[in-house]
Amino acid sequence: MATTGQEEFTLDTASELAAEESGSKIEGKSPWALAGRRLRRNYVALAFLAVFILVLLVCLLAPLYSSHVSHLKSDTPNAGGHITVNGQTIPILSKGSSKFNQNGSVELTPGGIPIGPQWGASGGAYFFGADGLGRDVGTRLLYGGRNSLLIGLSSAAITTVLSIVLALLAAYFGGATDWIISRFFDLIWAFPVILLGIALGTALSINGFNHGPIHIAPGSLWIPIGVIAFVFIPYIGRPLRGQILALRNREFVEASTAQGAGPLRIMFSELLPNIASSVLVLFTLIVANAILTEVGLSFLGAGVQPPHPSWGTMIADGQNVLASDPWLSLLPGIMITITVISLNVFGDGLRDALDPRAKVRIEH
Amino acid sequence: MVAFLVRRSFGMIIVLLAVSFATYLIFFKIPGGDVAGRIAGKQATPANIADIRQKLGLDQNVFVQWWDMMKQLLTGSLISYYDGTNVVQQIKEGMPETFSLCIGAGIIWLGFGVLVGTISAVTAGGASDRAITALALIGISLPVAWLGLLLRYFFAGEGGAVAWFPDGGYVPLTTNPWQWFYHLLLPWFTLAILFIGFYGRVLRSNILDTINEDFVRTAKAKGLSSRRILVKHTLRASLIPIVTLFGLDFAAVLGGGAIITETVYSIHGVGYYAAQSIHQQDLPPLMGVTLYGAAFIVIFSTLVDVAYAYLDPRIRLT
Repeated sequence: MATTGQEEFTLDTASELAAEESGSKIEGKSPWALAGRRLRRNYVALAFLAVFILVLLVCLLAPLYSSHVSHLKSDTPNAGGHITVNGQTIPILSKGSSKFNQNGSVELTPGGIPIGPQWGASGGAYFFGADGLGRDVGTRLLYGGRNSLLIGLSSAAITTVLSIVLALLAAYFGGATDWIISRFFDLIWAFPVILLGIALGTALSINGFNHGPIHIAPGSLWIPIGVIAFVFIPYIGRPLRGQILALRNREFVEASTAQGAGPLRIMFSELLPNIASSVLVLFTLIVANAILTEVGLSFLGAGVQPPHPSWGTMIADGQNVLASDPWLSLLPGIMITITVISLNVFGDGLRDALDPRAKVRIEH
Repeated sequence: MVAFLVRRSFGMIIVLLAVSFATYLIFFKIPGGDVAGRIAGKQATPANIADIRQKLGLDQNVFVQWWDMMKQLLTGSLISYYDGTNVVQQIKEGMPETFSLCIGAGIIWLGFGVLVGTISAVTAGGASDRAITALALIGISLPVAWLGLLLRYFFAGEGGAVAWFPDGGYVPLTTNPWQWFYHLLLPWFTLAILFIGFYGRVLRSNILDTINEDFVRTAKAKGLSSRRILVKHTLRASLIPIVTLFGLDFAAVLGGGAIITETVYSIHGVGYYAAQSIHQQDLPPLMGVTLYGAAFIVIFSTLVDVAYAYLDPRIRLT
């Protein structure tokens, strides 16, 4: 708590909230109820959660946008097509032309420049313009968002579950189990994240994954999901293992053992609930990081494979026509930034409410 | 100390061997199908494929194959499947560009990170703290590839409006120091912004934790000026975790982790080399680069542990 004379340093959200929590306000409330109370009062975090949910909902409505607003599919190239704007028929990709001047010089106008945003002038089609293959940017933005969010959420969920199980096994059993799992974490951790990601992503996009009962087609979204989930394991597994190790020899675990509880019961009903708040915070922050990693991998060609749209592939597609059509890269980038900021702010709020110690960091 | 270093060096070699073997498995076992067929191309005859398989030693046990590749890599004779260039040579040629990019960016992100974090913590709750916190949050939420394209569009003539900076490329320091600096300024900031945001946030919370420690109160009770307390006591203790972070982050970018920045600005460093090799599905260069990157990470993590023990007397190396 704030000591006299240090007020200028302690105006932190978490300590502010902690300072006013005293007496009857918090008596008889469970830790989760207290955390909920703190979160409910953190309006900034809640506002950004609302932003994230809004982005999620808008992206989930992609099929509706495709069928009722743009009337265009996300993956169908339409390079030679035309659209009608205000009664005029214009090509979706501009035609190149060559003009011969009197003095013998030739003026060449390069073709293939996609039409820009129509802002509804064409009845919903190409609201945000077309990309280099004549596909509707608005439709792709929503479908791409759906894929990016799917990758972010699923890979974070898979990493979290795998890391929890590995960390529980390592910290509970110790000894050889701990040694093997810790060395496994060390091994993944010794690779630069992006290099391991592209190595796996490239290898898997050749023939897909066909080992044992798991069969994944080369262009499947499950490849980037699996790759990102795998690469992030030590970044959650290591801190969780440390936390469980600290709990492992506490009295409540001993008491449970004395009551005859088996390893599974101790791991999942005694230890897991004690790290649940950290897991929740880590999960939110991992989703944000996974979305950014998808962008990096797709940008380098090792993530989502064409023709599937994702925010990362859209940025990569747009980079070659950056000078003439900046919106192709700008729009998906803005969407990613909004999504990731909202997750980060909400994650920070969640951490302040639940577990001020949880930290996660991954480079891109 | 010596015992620690010996043991760590031994551990480092084991980790590097494991990393190289894992990389080998990633490229030769995960994709399934025939590697020789992939290298030979679509119109290869069975004889061609058999020939390639024999030449690359793919008909042998996986451990033998891996060890052969490692031997070639360590003796510097490993060549690319794609164009026959020497892998070690290519990595060496990329290093000056990668190092120029990373050292400059490292100085920027460490300097700005510490500055921003300190200002933010000292003015905690105030307007500049809130502004810095918001900016740092945006900094860590920007995709690097997009940030690079954005800076190119607005400041490097891609948008046609302002061309304050050259659009990518690299000029060696020895050729023209000013052009070297001028060409690298945008890439430096592209790479540094994420880290500035992150370090600022970490340092802010470290300082806010440290000022409640007993030794800071003692310093205050002794009557030291608040400036002296900040610099000599609070900041010194708060910077220790930053040393760890910096060591590991710096190792990762030196080891090819700046691949996106290098790709966006066509800086032909080690990361760029890796990106090219990925498009050609060329295994030997990727083996080389991955191992080179992992070497930086394990070496720097040992250095970080040593520095940590030196800076924080409570920690002893065992």
